[in-house]
Amino acid sequence: MTAAIVATEVSRTYDLDGVSVPALRGVSLTIEPTDYVAIVGTSGSGKSTLMHLLGGLDRPTGGTLLIGGRDVAGLNPGEMAKLRNETIGFVFQSFHLLARTTARDNVALPLVYRGVGRRERRARATEMLERVGLSHRLDHRPNQMSGGEQQRVAIARALVTGPSVLLADEPTGNLDSATGQSVLALLESLNSEGVAVVLVTHDREVAARADRQIVMKDGVII
Amino acid sequence: MRLAEAWRVALDALRANRLRSILTMLGVVIGVAAVVALVGIGTGTKGQIEQQVEGLGSNLLLVVPGRLEAGSAPAASTMTMDDVDAVARVVGDRDRVAATIASGETVRAGSRSAFASMQGVLENTPNVFVRRLDRGSYLTRTDVTTGRRVAVLGAGTATALFGDRDPIGRQITIGGVRFRVIGTFERLGQSLGVDRDSEVHVPVTAAQRLLGTDRIDGLAIRAPDRERINRLSTAVVDTLTDRHPDTDFSAVTQEQILGVLGDILGVLTGVLAAIAGISLLVGGVGVSNIMLVSVRERTKEIGLRKAVGARPRDIGVQFLLEAVLLTTIGGVLGMALGVTSALLVDALSPVPAAITWWSLALAFGVSAIVGIIFGVVPAQRAGRLDPVVALRTE
Repeated sequence: MTAAIVATEVSRTYDLDGVSVPALRGVSLTIEPTDYVAIVGTSGSGKSTLMHLLGGLDRPTGGTLLIGGRDVAGLNPGEMAKLRNETIGFVFQSFHLLARTTARDNVALPLVYRGVGRRERRARATEMLERVGLSHRLDHRPNQMSGGEQQRVAIARALVTGPSVLLADEPTGNLDSATGQSVLALLESLNSEGVAVVLVTHDREVAARADRQIVMKDGVII
Repeated sequence: MRLAEAWRVALDALRANRLRSILTMLGVVIGVAAVVALVGIGTGTKGQIEQQVEGLGSNLLLVVPGRLEAGSAPAASTMTMDDVDAVARVVGDRDRVAATIASGETVRAGSRSAFASMQGVLENTPNVFVRRLDRGSYLTRTDVTTGRRVAVLGAGTATALFGDRDPIGRQITIGGVRFRVIGTFERLGQSLGVDRDSEVHVPVTAAQRLLGTDRIDGLAIRAPDRERINRLSTAVVDTLTDRHPDTDFSAVTQEQILGVLGDILGVLTGVLAAIAGISLLVGGVGVSNIMLVSVRERTKEIGLRKAVGARPRDIGVQFLLEAVLLTTIGGVLGMALGVTSALLVDALSPVPAAITWWSLALAFGVSAIVGIIFGVVPAQRAGRLDPVVALRTE
C-alpha cells in the first residue's frame, strides 16, 4: 500500500520584506492511508504551515513532498487544485461553510469543481449528510444549524470526493466539549472505515486520542 | 467547473447583494440608455431631413448665384427672365425649369394680417417641386404672361387670414397691392427649419412689378433622370456664366445637399454618442470598483473554494461572469430605457427619433465588452489569491 503523503526534509521559508523567515526547517513524515495522526504544537511552532503543505495549499521551498504519490514541486496552481480536490478533505475550525447555501449544496461544492452533474452531486451530498447523521438538515442554511451540525456538514463536504486524507485544523476549537467529543468520534469512525485523519490541534486532550502524535516546535518535529 | 454552474454562482452572488448590484448596474443602464437614445435621435433626425429633401421632388437641380461654400456670403442675383429662357433652351423643356423671386411681405385680408414669404413663380412650379393643392387651382400660363394679381396661399397663411372660411375668390393685399386668392396648398409642416406653410405663390411677373425689379433669385430644374443631372448642371452653370461673366453660379443636387447635411449630422451623432460613451465608461469603472470590493469581501469564500478544488481559472471565470452579468443586465435595462426615452422624445417633441437594430446590438455588445474589460482585473486578482492567505482572512 502506498503512503498517502510523504514529506522528506521539507522546509518552508517565507520572504517578509526581503527577510527570510523559516517556518519549517527540514520535516520528514509519512501519512499512511489508515493513520490517525495529531500534529500538536504552540502557535508559531510551524504546525499550520505543515498542515498547509500536507493539504497541498502551499508548496515547500526545500525538500520533496509527495501527495497521493505526486511530487508537488512540478505542479502549477491548477494542477494543485485538482490534486486537493481528489486526495484531500479539509475541515476547518470555523467551518467555512458558504452562508447563503444549503447544507446539501455546501457538501456538493467540491463536486462542482470536479465537473459532476447537478443531479449526481445532490445525490452524493445527500448520502454524505446521512452518513454524518444530518439527513434531516439537507435544506437548512448554516445559520439555521448549531455549531456541531455545521462542523458535521463541513466533514461531509470533506468526504464527498472520497479523499484519502482528512485534514482537520482545530476541528473542535469552536465547539463545546460534548459536541467536540461527538465530532471527534465521527472522525474516528471515518478513520476506521479507511480514511487517514490528520488532526492539527494545540489541545493535548484531543491529541491524546490519536494513534500517533507529532509534536512541532520552532519549525521542526521533536 | 461547468459554465452553466458558473453562471448560477455569479447570479447568486449578485442576488445576495441586491441593492449594491442594482446601483452598480445603474451606471451602465444610464450609459447604454444615453447611447441608444442619442443615436436614435441622430438617426431619426437624419431620416427626417432625407425624407424632406427627397420630398421636394425627384432629380432636382437648384441653381443660385454665388458660390456655395462655407464662409461665402450669398450674392445678389443678376438673373432675369431672359436667363430662365436661356436655361430652358439648354434643358430643352420649358416645363422643367422653375424660377423664383422671393420676398417677405405682410399679407392682409380685412382686419387680419400675416407675415408670409411671397414667391413670384412660373406656372410650371408644381411640375418641378412636389406641391399639392388643397382647394382651388394653381397659377396658369396666362396669369404669368399677363401678370395677373392672383395668389395661392400656404395652409398656414390661409388659416391665419381666413380661419375656417373658404379663402377662394377672396381679396388679400400683399405689400398694399390687391390680389385674389385662387387656391390653397396642402399642409406641409416644417422642412429644414423653414415653415413652408406660410408661402404665398403669385405670378413672377406680378411679384417683379410689386417689388419694382426684373430680377430672378433662383432656378430649379427637374432633370429627366438621375444620370443626366451632372451634365445638365455643368451646361446650365456654363450658360449662366457666359451671360453674366462677373457672377459665379452654383448648382446643387439633392444628393449634394443630403451629403452635406448627412456629414454634419453624422459628426453630431458621433459626438453625442461619444459623450454618452463616456458615461458608459464611468459605469464600467463603477463595476470594476464594486468587483474589487466583492473580491476582498469574499476572500474567505475564494479560499474555501480553492481548498476544495477550484482552479485559479474557475475563480477568475466566476468573477468575470459576475461583472459581465452586471453590465449585460444593465445593458438590457439601459436599452429598454433608451428606447423608451427615444420614443417619448419622438412622440412629445418635434425632434424625431428612430431606433435601429444595429444600435441596440452595438449597445448590448459594448456593455458585454465593458463587463469583460472592467471585470478582468478583479477576476485575475481573485483567481491569483493564495488559498493559505485567503483562508486565514477573518
